[in-house]
Amino acid sequence: MFDISAIDLARMQFAFTVSFHIIFPAFSIGLASYLAVLEGLWLWKKDVTYLNAFNFWKTIFAVGFGMGVVSGIVMAYQFGTNWAVFSDKAGPVIGPLMGYEVLSAFFLEAGFLGVMLFGQKKVGPKLHYFATLMVAVGTLFSAFWILSVNSWMQTPAGYLINDAGQFVPDDWIEVIFNPSFPYRFVHMVLAAYLTTAFVVGAVAAYHLLRNKANKPARVMFSMAMWMAVLITPVQMFVGDQHGLNTLKHQPAKIAAIEGHYEDYRGAPLVLFGIPDDEKEELLYAIEIPKLGSLLLTHSWEGELRGLKSFPKEDRPNSFIVFWTFRIMVAMGMVMLTVGLWSLFRRAQGKLYEDRWLARAAVLAGPTGFIAVLCGWVTTEVGRQPWTVYGALRTTESVSPINATEVGTSLLVFIVVYFVLFGMGVFYMLRLMSKTPGGDTEHATSSLKRASGLTGAPSTLDHSGH
Amino acid sequence: MEFDLPLIWAAIIAFAILAYVALDGFDLGVGIMFPFVSEKTDHRDMMMNSVAPIWDGNETWLVLGGGGLFAVFPLAYAVVMPALYAPIIAMLLGLIFRGVAFEFRWRASQKNRIWWDRSFAFGSILATFAQGVCLGALIQGIHVVDRSYAGGSFDWLSPFSVLTGVALIVGYTLLGSTWLVMKTEGDLQIIARKFAQVSGILILALIGAVSLATPFLHPDYFARWFEGPSLIFSILVPVLLAICAGILFIGLRRNQEIRPFLAAHGIFILCYIGIGITFYPYMVPPSLTIWAAAAPDKSLFFLLVGTLVLVPMILAYTIHAYWVFRGKVDTSGGYH
Ligand code: HDD
Ligand code: HEM
Ligand code: HEM
Repeated sequence: MFDISAIDLARMQFAFTVSFHIIFPAFSIGLASYLAVLEGLWLWKKDVTYLNAFNFWKTIFAVGFGMGVVSGIVMAYQFGTNWAVFSDKAGPVIGPLMGYEVLSAFFLEAGFLGVMLFGQKKVGPKLHYFATLMVAVGTLFSAFWILSVNSWMQTPAGYLINDAGQFVPDDWIEVIFNPSFPYRFVHMVLAAYLTTAFVVGAVAAYHLLRNKANKPARVMFSMAMWMAVLITPVQMFVGDQHGLNTLKHQPAKIAAIEGHYEDYRGAPLVLFGIPDDEKEELLYAIEIPKLGSLLLTHSWEGELRGLKSFPKEDRPNSFIVFWTFRIMVAMGMVMLTVGLWSLFRRAQGKLYEDRWLARAAVLAGPTGFIAVLCGWVTTEVGRQPWTVYGALRTTESVSPINATEVGTSLLVFIVVYFVLFGMGVFYMLRLMSKTPGGDTEHATSSLKRASGLTGAPSTLDHSGH
Repeated sequence: MEFDLPLIWAAIIAFAILAYVALDGFDLGVGIMFPFVSEKTDHRDMMMNSVAPIWDGNETWLVLGGGGLFAVFPLAYAVVMPALYAPIIAMLLGLIFRGVAFEFRWRASQKNRIWWDRSFAFGSILATFAQGVCLGALIQGIHVVDRSYAGGSFDWLSPFSVLTGVALIVGYTLLGSTWLVMKTEGDLQIIARKFAQVSGILILALIGAVSLATPFLHPDYFARWFEGPSLIFSILVPVLLAICAGILFIGLRRNQEIRPFLAAHGIFILCYIGIGITFYPYMVPPSLTIWAAAAPDKSLFFLLVGTLVLVPMILAYTIHAYWVFRGKVDTSGGYH
């Protein structure tokens, strides 16, 4: 089929399906926690605004979560269909971690999701809240295990190799808490929280622009902007530490991120440029002298290895890694700007008055998704040409399948994903555009019904029809 | 400590797959019946609501089956998935088509809802058929050379695997219809009962056909069924099957609500035991045994600890979820 090999198609297929998949978890992880917070506030303060916000987001959550589940099942089987040799070899180490993910996370999410979404009239408020909490905890467990798996592939540790050429576990603690895992876990969970915060902020801002008196929208906007201003700087700090750790374990990835081909003492920080892997040089570079070394080694004269010091067959594609990393950082800057702006307005007591801030927040809605996707592409493409870094090459990982099979299924995946998940995103956007808390009439009637909550838990309903 | 860890794990995986078939079987069956139920009444709403709160949990057993295989029998996973490439992808796509419909159906306009009904039915039928084909192809055996699949792209396709594919569609219809007999009332229940009667008769015929064909696929299978100690099973299984079928049909005739559902599951479990006998001691017939496919004991043990602690908890909260949504479904009770 054309001139593409089965392995390239398999890589494209994995990248395509996992990229679609991660969009939903990134949002569900944050939203599940946010829902738990909202329901907790409602139970505590008995202010119906929180209940309205909870019901508003719950429906949206249901749609997104469903898409996360079905796209995730594809991922679980894709290791076998497309990366059979990798599965055979790495299975004894990463398989059990994924097994723990299923047992401790997926079942927990699924077991309580039904109660959370449909059980409001069937169980008491405490039990319902417990279900919401379990769903949130489940998403975090899931992130824990799958990121441990991914981190082990980035920085393998605690393993031996047996006669059959398989990786076998030696020390589970070292496997699970491999060197890059703590950084990746924190960075990704914060990324999910920021992603959600900016979606919530954008939706709230959109409703504030239409009616700045809308109570649920005000609460949502305020909460989202607190997250923006508090979490973004933390995320930047964690990202910096993450990068220092990567320098230790995957120096070629850092060289590609920085666009450095030569070894440096006192390396510049490259702001922009076009890395050219053929010519082995960075074209049109705009750089700040010495800052690169300062950031990565905390010394003006620190030494950094360039890509040329690695054999050509061990280098990742610099162009992709260089740019996706910069886009991620740029998104971080945008988030920080919006956060600081909101803090300034809040101090003036004009948080809900500034229409330009609201417009900016609407525009910043997708920044989290963009940063997450770019971050992952940096991480994954930067790991190339290895699947298990330094130990198993991507070319040695692939299944014995032919290009027609993979190509056809890739094509079908692309069509089906765009149509079905496209519709799903459309439905989510439509739900987001509904006024939170409904019109005033609906709001008062829900107030009336809500007052009976503790006695008869029949007041929360699955809004939307 | 001389536990036969691979054997224990084979039993656990077998349990996970059985749990999947028994649980997701009925909610897939509900989807298979969708096109045959009028869209003008609220029957389709009820059918979907009867499974909406639990389908995700049911499907998770499939992830455990696949994920578990990856974890403890990585070689089997690495051989089976490429061998069954097309039916596996078809199953995954089918699960997507039906999985999204659970929510999308309620988000679409009245006019467009029909498309998600179609998506739900199409996905359910496709996923079921693909699972049946996978089963048939596994029973036929998979060609392994040097730790990897060595057959062609279409080895899975044969009259036998198509037969098992069709049989599973009928079988899940039986599970789904007896579920609806239990969960619904009135007209819908009457329709479900008819479905159960027809699919009950058909499934017995198909089980007969598959059982007759299986021993001739491979001389080993013949020996396993008709020689040695398992001969007892060869006699016992059909007898028990007849008893279950009796309970099913009598229950349906007498308008009993729970027994037909249990009897239908009895039939499934017996078939499953039969397949187990056919397979043993192979993980992937005809060459990969349970022990050859297993990961090292250290991997098996590590996950076993968690399994022994977590699976009872999973069973407990799964039962709780079913308990919360017990009784007949109605269109008001907190569903969509
Ligand atoms: C950091 C988070 C994260 C990352 C990197 C991934 N996932 Fe994921 N996954 C989740 C976080 C998550 C989640 C938040 O837990 C989901 C989203 C919706 C859901 O049901 O759980 C999920 C769902 C989900 C499911 C469905 C579970 C169910 O039935 O409930 C499977 C099988 C996978 N994922 C498997 C994978 C694989 C094999 C990945 C490797 C590429 C992967 N996920 C990346
Ligand atoms: C969730 C967000 C993720 C994204 C967006 C992502 C992105 C990518 C991309 C772009 C590739 C192709 C790289 C290339 O071939 O140049 C890839 C490959 C791959 N990734 Fe990821 N990845 C993600 C998460 C994961 C996780 C969590 C795992 C492990 C559990 C993983 C395992 C793999 C494997 C096995 C391959 C295929 C082999 C390879 O090319 O290395 N990925 N991913
Ligand atoms: C602005 C400061 C930031 C810095 C210095 C930074 C740094 C990094 C580095 C070095 C990596 C690659 C790690 C590796 O592959 O070993 C990475 C990955 C990633 N980044 Fe960032 N990041 C920043 C902001 C963000 C923001 C704002 C988000 C999302 C909201 C984000 C999301 C991600 C994700 C999802 C990954 C991939 C997963 C991982 O390897 O952790 N980053 N980041």
